[in-house]
Amino acid sequence: MNTSVKKIFTVSPSPHIHSEGSISAIMYGVLIALIPAFAMSLYVFGLGALVVTATAVVSCMLFEWLIQRFLIQGKLTVFDGSAALTGVLLAFNVPSSLPLWMIVVGSFVAIGIGKMSFGGLGQNPFNPALVGRVFLLMSFPVQMTQWPQPLNGDFFADAVSGATPLAFVKEGLSKGDSISDIVPQLPHMFQMLTGGIGGSLGEVSALALIIGGLYMLYKKIITWHIPVSILLTMFLFTGVLNLVDSQEYMSPFFHIFAGGAMLGAIFMATDMATSPMSPVGMLIYGVGIGVITIAIRVFGSYPEGISFAILIMNATVPIINKNVRPRVFGAKK
Amino acid sequence: MVYTFPKGGIHPPDTKLAAAESITTLAVPDMVYMPVSQHLGVPAKPIVARGDEVKVGAKIAEASGFVSAFIHAPVSGTVQKIDKMMCASGFYQDVIVIKTNGDVWEETINRTDEVISDISLSAEEIRTKVLENGIVGMGGATFPSHVKFIVPDGKKAEELIINGVECEPYLSSDHRLMLEKAEEIFVGIEIIKKAIGVPVAYVGIEKNKPDAIELFSTIAEKHPTITVIPLEVKYPQGGEKQLIKAVTGKEVPIGGLPIDAGSIVHNVGTVFAVYEAVQKNKPLIERVITVTGKQVLQQSNFLVRIGTPVQQLIDAAGGVPEDTGKVIAGGPMMGKTITSLNAPVTKGTSGILMMPSTESKREEMANCIRCGKCISVCCVGVEPYLLMSLAEHEMVDELQEHAVMQCIECGSCSFSCPAHRPLLDYIRLGKNIVREHTKKKK
Repeated sequence: MNTSVKKIFTVSPSPHIHSEGSISAIMYGVLIALIPAFAMSLYVFGLGALVVTATAVVSCMLFEWLIQRFLIQGKLTVFDGSAALTGVLLAFNVPSSLPLWMIVVGSFVAIGIGKMSFGGLGQNPFNPALVGRVFLLMSFPVQMTQWPQPLNGDFFADAVSGATPLAFVKEGLSKGDSISDIVPQLPHMFQMLTGGIGGSLGEVSALALIIGGLYMLYKKIITWHIPVSILLTMFLFTGVLNLVDSQEYMSPFFHIFAGGAMLGAIFMATDMATSPMSPVGMLIYGVGIGVITIAIRVFGSYPEGISFAILIMNATVPIINKNVRPRVFGAKK
Repeated sequence: MVYTFPKGGIHPPDTKLAAAESITTLAVPDMVYMPVSQHLGVPAKPIVARGDEVKVGAKIAEASGFVSAFIHAPVSGTVQKIDKMMCASGFYQDVIVIKTNGDVWEETINRTDEVISDISLSAEEIRTKVLENGIVGMGGATFPSHVKFIVPDGKKAEELIINGVECEPYLSSDHRLMLEKAEEIFVGIEIIKKAIGVPVAYVGIEKNKPDAIELFSTIAEKHPTITVIPLEVKYPQGGEKQLIKAVTGKEVPIGGLPIDAGSIVHNVGTVFAVYEAVQKNKPLIERVITVTGKQVLQQSNFLVRIGTPVQQLIDAAGGVPEDTGKVIAGGPMMGKTITSLNAPVTKGTSGILMMPSTESKREEMANCIRCGKCISVCCVGVEPYLLMSLAEHEMVDELQEHAVMQCIECGSCSFSCPAHRPLLDYIRLGKNIVREHTKKKK
């Protein structure tokens, strides 16, 4: 309390307070939002899911550290949670039976090429986890499309491979079967919602992903614009197709609950660095992803297309940001 | 119905620690330092010299030009010197130094507490009183008030808006004034209405001051043309243009003044000063200042003679807490850090805020992660992240094209940035670059 002591005060321009939000709070927030989906994948795929996820997280963080330490000698940001998040998202986008060395390769591509080569966090135009995932899909098409069937709690059982619902439909249709022949052999819609289906590690339970999405909405990490516009576009697009010919095209409900739709719409497309910054831009981006995803699923040769759709729309983000600008206060309407 | 402005804004913690403390009068200081530039516009010209004896309320510097303001002696005593001194603005300025001797006021000033509600003066006479008594906007911008009493030709004032928002965290001087001088403020509103010739007045008060809303609503029943508008709590609602939008839904066009939207805005502190000037013949020589901070011993709202050194306010509030890292004149969002505690308080000083050292340092900045937070909180609709890069690269044309000059420097972008990027610092730099460029072209 001695005022005679000479004090040195900080002098700085306003503002003098901060929201205390931080990059790591955002990244760890997303990781927390992924917990329900991860728990479901453990239940559905057993320990394989844990091993794959842990490998991806550790190798993503390791590659980021190595690159920052030895190649670019920049500030170390390994613990800001972004590399760990890339690892988890990469793991969520591969089969739980993928050989571990392939995951390490995928992690290297995701972090090294997808993220660090552009200057690290925030500078990358494409979602790093998807860059890794698509690289793996192109390089190891067999392993990347062998989907272990759900164990549903039987943790140590050996996985049996089978097709995902989307792949099953695609194959059936290409053989000339009609939808009404295929549907009875598919898992029930309730199963697709809760998680008893084959597929990538993290995409098996739409419900768990939606819970995570609601958490991120509540925490204001994401806004509704991107997930809703993607899912609504997919729903409307497939709804129209289904109305035109219900024997040739699956129902819109099937499309939004199958495959990576939920994971992509809620967690992959909402990546801040690679999505537009304004609400209107987000809607344009979301509609684009929805249209391209369905185009690939229905008319393309791949059963699932949301990874490609997000990467393609990632490329349009700078143009969207440049052209969709907020209205300046007081500007003529 | 509770109103607010629609786009952007933030919700910083309120931290109105001094809100419950009644206004107390600070002892007359031994020495006052009156900067000749306490207002926006041309500095006043000193009309006293060394050795002159002055009474409280005597003119010591006169307005030079239309946008300028008179300065009056806040104490009685002897003019010691006119010297340059480091002020709370962060610049060296000319100050008139007066050594106090007793407390003798000019005879013309009515010092009673009686509320005089009859407005006998004409509009013209009111304007002269406001000018002669050195009234400036006391919300922070310190724009000479008499200028805002004149409606330019071709414009029409549709409503008067009284700013009782006080959206800055920590500050409570306007809040206390509203509670303790409510009747006087209502007379002040009637005076301004008469002077401008505007039919209705609205008083905007944020919902975090329910006692003020209640008191004002009760008094407003006796004033049919004055309406209290409760507002949603959101920073920066006290910004003139944001307040007009919140209260009337009208937008001041780019480059325009509030009168272009038919509105005139005055802060409650200014309204009280107008009341005292017109009804009591009292110049602007004292004001209410909040002295606060998380570790401050005695949270205070002082009625202080203008020109009192900051140190004396702090001493009266229990001294500088051990762990203080920063002293701010004003609130934490838009206030300026004080470099010397000898700096005097001025007409625009609404608070003295002492921040603990843990909250005084900025975090290191990281890469922009393009989260878009800065865009979503910006109430004027610019893109702070973009303006920052444009300013870094001194891209003048692009800065102008992206409306850098529209920024009101509320600081919501820097406040919200998860990467701790100094967005507003760079936007200020960008504005300077544009100003320099425009000057050169001329």
